[in-house]
Amino acid sequence: MIEQPNLNYVDELAGDDIEFRNQFITIIKDEFPLEKEEYHGHVTNNRVKATAEIVHKLKHKFNILGMENSYKLAVAYEMELLDGKNGSESKFNEVLETIEEYIKTI
Amino acid sequence: MNCIIIDDEATARAIVRQLCSKIPELDIIEEFDNAISAIKFLNQQNIEIIFLDIHMPGFSGVDFVQTLKDPPNIVLTTSDTDFAITAYEYECIVDYLVKPITQERFEKCITKISGLASKPPRVISESKQDAVEGEDLYINIDRRLIKLKLNEILVIEAKGDYIDVKTEKEEYRVHTTLKKIKEKLPEKLFLQIHRSYIINFTKIIDIEDNSVLIAKNVVPISRSNRPELMRRLNLL
Repeated sequence: MIEQPNLNYVDELAGDDIEFRNQFITIIKDEFPLEKEEYHGHVTNNRVKATAEIVHKLKHKFNILGMENSYKLAVAYEMELLDGKNGSESKFNEVLETIEEYIKTI
Repeated sequence: MNCIIIDDEATARAIVRQLCSKIPELDIIEEFDNAISAIKFLNQQNIEIIFLDIHMPGFSGVDFVQTLKDPPNIVLTTSDTDFAITAYEYECIVDYLVKPITQERFEKCITKISGLASKPPRVISESKQDAVEGEDLYINIDRRLIKLKLNEILVIEAKGDYIDVKTEKEEYRVHTTLKKIKEKLPEKLFLQIHRSYIINFTKIIDIEDNSVLIAKNVVPISRSNRPELMRRLNLL
């Protein structure tokens, strides 16, 4: 079961600053789909190092969205990739799908 | 305190910007999604704090720190705790913030910086004539910044949209114009002697008719530039 993303961290930073909250949501809605697409492009084309790079980038968003277990999964996956393995790929892909669904709702 | 943010992720930049916004003495002057653009900016502005992501494609935060000649206070913002030990090898790196950064931790960092003996602001040289031998020039080749010692440059030749920089050891092709690089070079060392050539004046071996010999390079002298070359020579 994949944990659900949340905006607790962003809300804490924003406080009463609604403008920041909205701005952040706009940015993540723009940035995440592009990074997800880039990730799948690298996987499809078997670009292992580039895949590890984008996994590294994506994992920050897991952190920001309060997904601690998914972050740990991404850390492990990144290491696997650099080691020529990909055992965590399907779970990582599930996390991406979960986030994609979530950001449609915010 | 004037600050800049360098991070390839827009979300991460937004967060640092928000953290800064709650501290009145911090003034975010500029944001960059890559370190190379920031280097150009730092050549023209006095900055007191750089919030720097370590892990960026192409040119990492560590590469960036190594290229700075007189770095301001640098705060690393990253999720890579692995870099912590490396970071403290650099005197200019004053703190290491692990993402996601809390406001409390961020404020602690700024308090720490405020308590440091304030570094005198860097003086940006107003005149290229102030440059002396031993100073460096960074050239951008395939997103890598390569350091050249000015006094090792022999000849710079225009080649269409590029220039060829010939040094004592290597030759580099750079996407820029002769006019642009001329603006970066100290007049004490360099002289344009032809519309396609700038030479390091101190490297001349001999001058014959309408050409000068620099190492193994025979460089033409144009009629219009010849008087200035002759004026500079210490003729017997």
